[in-house]
Formats: sequence, structure tokens, C-alpha cells
Amino acid sequence: MKGYNFAYLDEQTKRMIRRALLKAVAIPGHQVPFGSREMPLPYGWGTGGIQVTASVLGRSDVLKVIDQGADDTTNAVSIRRFFARTAGVRTTTHTSEATVIQTRHRIPETTLRDDQIIVYQVPQPEPLFRLEPSRIETRRMHALADYGLMHVKLYEDVARFGQISISYDYPVLVNQRYLMSPSPIPAFDNPKMHLMPALQLFGAGREKRIYAIPPWTEVRSLDFEDHPFRPIRAPHPCGLCGATDSYLDEVVIDDKGGRLFVCSDTDHCAERRAAGHVGSEGLREAAE
Amino acid sequence: MSASIDLPGFADPVTEAQATFRAVLDAMARPGTIHRAGQHLAAPAPLDGATAAVLLTLVDHETPLWLDAEAAPARDWLAFHCGAVLVPEPDTACFAVALSLPDLARFSAGSHEAPEVSATVVLQVPALASGTRYRLSGPGLREPEELSVTGLPPWFITQWQQNRTLFPRGLDVILCAGTMLAALPRSVSIEEG
Repeated sequence: MKGYNFAYLDEQTKRMIRRALLKAVAIPGHQVPFGSREMPLPYGWGTGGIQVTASVLGRSDVLKVIDQGADDTTNAVSIRRFFARTAGVRTTTHTSEATVIQTRHRIPETTLRDDQIIVYQVPQPEPLFRLEPSRIETRRMHALADYGLMHVKLYEDVARFGQISISYDYPVLVNQRYLMSPSPIPAFDNPKMHLMPALQLFGAGREKRIYAIPPWTEVRSLDFEDHPFRPIRAPHPCGLCGATDSYLDEVVIDDKGGRLFVCSDTDHCAERRAAGHVGSEGLREAAE
Repeated sequence: MSASIDLPGFADPVTEAQATFRAVLDAMARPGTIHRAGQHLAAPAPLDGATAAVLLTLVDHETPLWLDAEAAPARDWLAFHCGAVLVPEPDTACFAVALSLPDLARFSAGSHEAPEVSATVVLQVPALASGTRYRLSGPGLREPEELSVTGLPPWFITQWQQNRTLFPRGLDVILCAGTMLAALPRSVSIEEG
């Protein structure tokens, strides 16, 4: 593309982000500040993830972008087009073909490999921000590994609701040291972060933070011995492919209370259907 | 002025810096694994291709650079191609280049609140994949990994153990030899093995 550097960012910015990424990998789960740039889309649309991807991406990479698991939603389509235009890289919707996967709020159902990198878009990198508004205080709490406040919050959940009432952005402890926000992925996806073979990078553009989890690193969702962590999933099979082990979206299909549960990971669902799996909706269509 | 300043930097800065960064990122994410860098670079003496490529990729005017006495002949080349600000004292440096193991305690290890504000030591050794065997374990490694390095003194293990106890503070080391590199992030434990 004329008028822009490869992958949009200038080389000076990439160097600054690359240095932050290396320190982030060396200190798993620690938030490294970086000089987040203004991007040609607003904060909240994945500017942190885009800057990380732009700094990592090479000409031979194959990029996949998902938004809530889907390859075909506005955010995913526009970011994929952005890199196809500014970097000329090949893009894909297939998880297994991609070398770099940028994601908003999901981890693909297909197990990632050690030659892949997953980049998370992060709106709020500070896991303690609802409990302690001061950044100066939370920095000190991370320095001292003082996470009692979060345990109290989880305990109060148990006392009031009988269970821990966090369904997404469920806090994790990385490498037994840093409390980390997994970004607003569903708690269902948390176990996938634990000992993941792929490198996990996180970018928060508005909050100007980068953090990372190296491959094969312990990532534990906080819990109690008598209230163990439970990944939550709607108790239905996927209406299109019949999967009983994938994360589901609930879709309203009419004004009479009709509901359909479908895989949130569109690539996973399409691959299963291509392999001949059929859900209840598919059977009904076939019967009509 | 040394003659090395006449040597070019990357022929294709964007592509080569990206390839070198991915090698370093992968090396840092999987401690002890060996990666290639600087194959097409005419490195200024006494730097090897990998060492010079890592510095071109990561160092600029924002990162104070310290050179040990043996690396000093490359100072003009680094000042010109990286725009690096050379500092005389190691404790203010973001990056350090050394041809023999320096005293790691002389570099900044960051603070408890900002452990990322620590030095990265680019240590050029005579050879990787041969020599003394070290056993690495820690984040990034599914099971302990072996790395062989030629040219580290026996007191390296003690130095590293001291660095390891500082965690999350501490230094990160990038080992370079010829066109090979491996990384030792502060999170890794090293034993002679």
C-alpha cells in the first residue's frame, strides 16, 4: 500500500512495542506500559490488539481475526481488511491455517499449536479496577502480590449468591505470581489458557498496557477448595452442528420467545457441519 | 573513527527487523531454543551477525546503550545505524552489549512496581549448541530444555541464581553466536546439566 509503512505503524513505534512485548514475555502476567498510538479506528475497537499484531506480523504470516468467536462480524472483517490492505498478508477464517490470530473476547475451540500466536484485544487490563480505582494502589498491590481484595470479592459472591458470580473476565493467577485479566473472554475459555502451546499476547490501546503469557505456563482461575472454579456453558447442543462441548451464543429468532443456541466459534461450527454433523435446526430444515 | 561505520545496516530494514524480532520473541517465549538472525548482515567487528541484527531491531535513541570494552570498536556503527545513546555506566543502560560475561549486579533490575524497567544484556559468546550443557526450566518450557553454550565462566550459574531470586525484578539475557541466538528471560531457572 502506498503512503504507509508495512503494517501501518512506523518502525520507531514497532520497536517500542516490540521492546514492551519482550519484557512482557519475560514477566508473565505483568502489565507493561507502552506508548499507545492513535489508530485509524476508535479506542474500544481493538486498537491495542491491532498495534500488537502490527508489530508482530511479517509478510509470510497468515492472519485470522475473530470477534466473539465470529469471523464475519464488523470488527473482525474490518481489522482483517485493514491488515490485508496495509500489510498485504494472507488472511483466513480457518483456525488451523492461521499463524497469528487476533481475537476479541474468545479463544477458538480448536486447540492452538506452538507455531501460532494469539493476540487478545483488551478493554481493561487491570483485574483489580472495580475493587480499587487508584492505579498507584493497584501497582503497589501487584508489586506486593497482595491479592486479598480479589479473594474477598470472590468470597462475598459465595456468601451472597452461593457461587462465584463472574461469567466473563474471570481473574487468573499467572505463573503463581501475577493476578491478570484474561480480557472479557467467557470463564468457559479460561482453562484453554492453562499450559497453552501457543504464545498469548494482550494489548490494551486506551489503557496503554501490554502483557503476555509464554507457552506452557500455569494459568489458574482463582477459586476456593470448597468452591472450585467451574467453566459455565449453556446446557444445550449447538442448533446447527449439534456440538455439546463448544461455547454457545443464544440467538432470539422470532417474537414468540423462540431461541436458538449456536456455536460462538463460527469456524468450528462450519467445519463440523462440513464434516457431516447436524444439529436440531438442520434436521428441521431437512424435514421441511 | 573506526572503519566499521562504512558497513551498511539491514538491506531491507522493515522485513529484516521483523524477522529478527520474531526470532527473539520466540527465543524469549521458549527459553533455550536456538533461532537464526542476521544471516544477510555485514556485521561490524567484533560483533557477529546475530548480535548486530538484534541491536538494529531493538535499540534506538530511546534506549541508552552500554558497551563493554571488547564491544567498543562497534560503537560508531551502532551510534550511526541505531541512533543509540551510549552511556558510560551500566546501571543507566536499557541494553548492554558484552563479549564476556559482565557482573550482572551492575545493571538495572527494575523496581518491584515496574520490573520491566530493567536492562536486557546482549551477550555474544563463541558458540551456541556446543560447549557446557545447561538445563533450563520455567515458563515457556513444557519440560526442562537443554542449552549448550561455549564461553560462559563457571560463576555464571551463581550470577544467574542471584538474578532469579530478584523475580519479578531482574535482567533478561539474549545470547548470540554467529547467526544463532537464544534467550534467557529472568523467569527461567538454570542448572548445570
